[in-house]
Amino acid sequence: MASDNRKEKIRVTNLHKYFDKNEVLTGISTVITEGEVVCVIGPSGSGKSTFLRCLNKLEDATSGEIIIDGFDITDKKVDINKVRENIGMVFQQFNLFPNMTVKKNIMMAPVELKKMKPVEADKKAMQLLERVGLSEKAEAYPGELSGGQQQRVAIARALAMNPDIMLFDEPTSALDPEMVGEVLDVMKELAAEGMTMVVVTHEMGFAREVSDRVLFMADGVIMEEGSPKELFDNPQNERTQDFLKKVL
Amino acid sequence: MNFGRVLEEATPLLLEGLWLTIGVSLLAIAIGIVIGLIMCLMKMSNKIVFRAIAGAYIWVIRGTPMLVQAFIVFFGFPQVIQMFAPSFRLDAFTAGVITLSINAGAYLAEIFRGGILAVPKGQSEAARSLGLSKGKTMLKVVLPQAFKISIPSLVNQFIISVKDTSILSVIGLAEIVNKAKTYVGKSYEFFSTYIFVALFYLIIISILMIISNYIEKKLKYEEKKSGK
Repeated sequence: MASDNRKEKIRVTNLHKYFDKNEVLTGISTVITEGEVVCVIGPSGSGKSTFLRCLNKLEDATSGEIIIDGFDITDKKVDINKVRENIGMVFQQFNLFPNMTVKKNIMMAPVELKKMKPVEADKKAMQLLERVGLSEKAEAYPGELSGGQQQRVAIARALAMNPDIMLFDEPTSALDPEMVGEVLDVMKELAAEGMTMVVVTHEMGFAREVSDRVLFMADGVIMEEGSPKELFDNPQNERTQDFLKKVL
Repeated sequence: MNFGRVLEEATPLLLEGLWLTIGVSLLAIAIGIVIGLIMCLMKMSNKIVFRAIAGAYIWVIRGTPMLVQAFIVFFGFPQVIQMFAPSFRLDAFTAGVITLSINAGAYLAEIFRGGILAVPKGQSEAARSLGLSKGKTMLKVVLPQAFKISIPSLVNQFIISVKDTSILSVIGLAEIVNKAKTYVGKSYEFFSTYIFVALFYLIIISILMIISNYIEKKLKYEEKKSGK
């Protein structure tokens, strides 16, 4: 990343997170700019998901500062719901609402948060479904879809609020191998369209191909970061080398 | 033992009682659901005052027999209120509905709480991540699913409440058992009359179960279309 004057989207400063007395994040600082695709890799238990979940306050930071589009979300006075409208999130377990049709899943937030009239939201939902290749499933229930299809709907749902940041928490980890590709393809398209993305993933191929920057996390800190080329082909840190040896 | 005679003489009486039983049950269940929902949300609130109030309510109601609760509501409270408003009267119907609804409310609160806790955490996380407030998340995402999970326990509580109306005969509510007692007092047909009463309850409960099975089937949305 050349230090151009691209807009800063996420600034994390000295983030610490405790679960009871257990310190999971031990001081994370990083800046993510507009349009940047950042993949977070690392062994399980390294705090990757916790870090990601702090970025939209699904987990409260114990200390440190997280600034999203200029709003410090660790500040209690900031309306987190407003900030979240601009941050889409995709979960490992999809978390689609099982009692709503695919279309209703996507329409729910825009309609409830009064951003769109139902007719508009309906149209928007159909556009998004087309984009993820699932127009014909609009009236189906999540339980009738395969894992890959569910995850694509989850991405469409996250996009319905027109977010400018997307967080992905191991989006392909719960999928059967043959369905990983269809989800990654949708994500690649998003990246190509200039979406700011933070992706916690075990898909090293994806991280190498799509990301602008890769963060390697271990023991609750960013041990090493760099372009995919730097990090995958010439890792400096011993822990990184060790990890990559195991997964590649 | 004369079934024929009982059938002929008791039916109109028991039918009168039946309407009261149904009326009191339905009213009490409807009010009980509202109380139960409010108490459940209070018990799950992060405000300690709310949790304490709901906890105390559930503790007291579950820890005391409904018979005693009915006596307190019907005989006890009016005595206290009459110290300030001597003309105050409480009829058996109102007292019965109050007793049964606060009783059902305590159990329903726990049923709803169980239902809410059974909704996977990812559901509310997904809703919150879209920008929905806590309240909207509860209303639009968690409660509909919790309600569906709770249906079998809800039906169970309905059945208990319908049968519990018989306890209200002690405060003079003219429901089925009360009518039967009056009839037995005149006719001495203990066996036939009470068997007949039992059948009445069995029929009401069976109808209730058929309705609930139907509702449960309708709500099984996941399997809705995939059963082709």
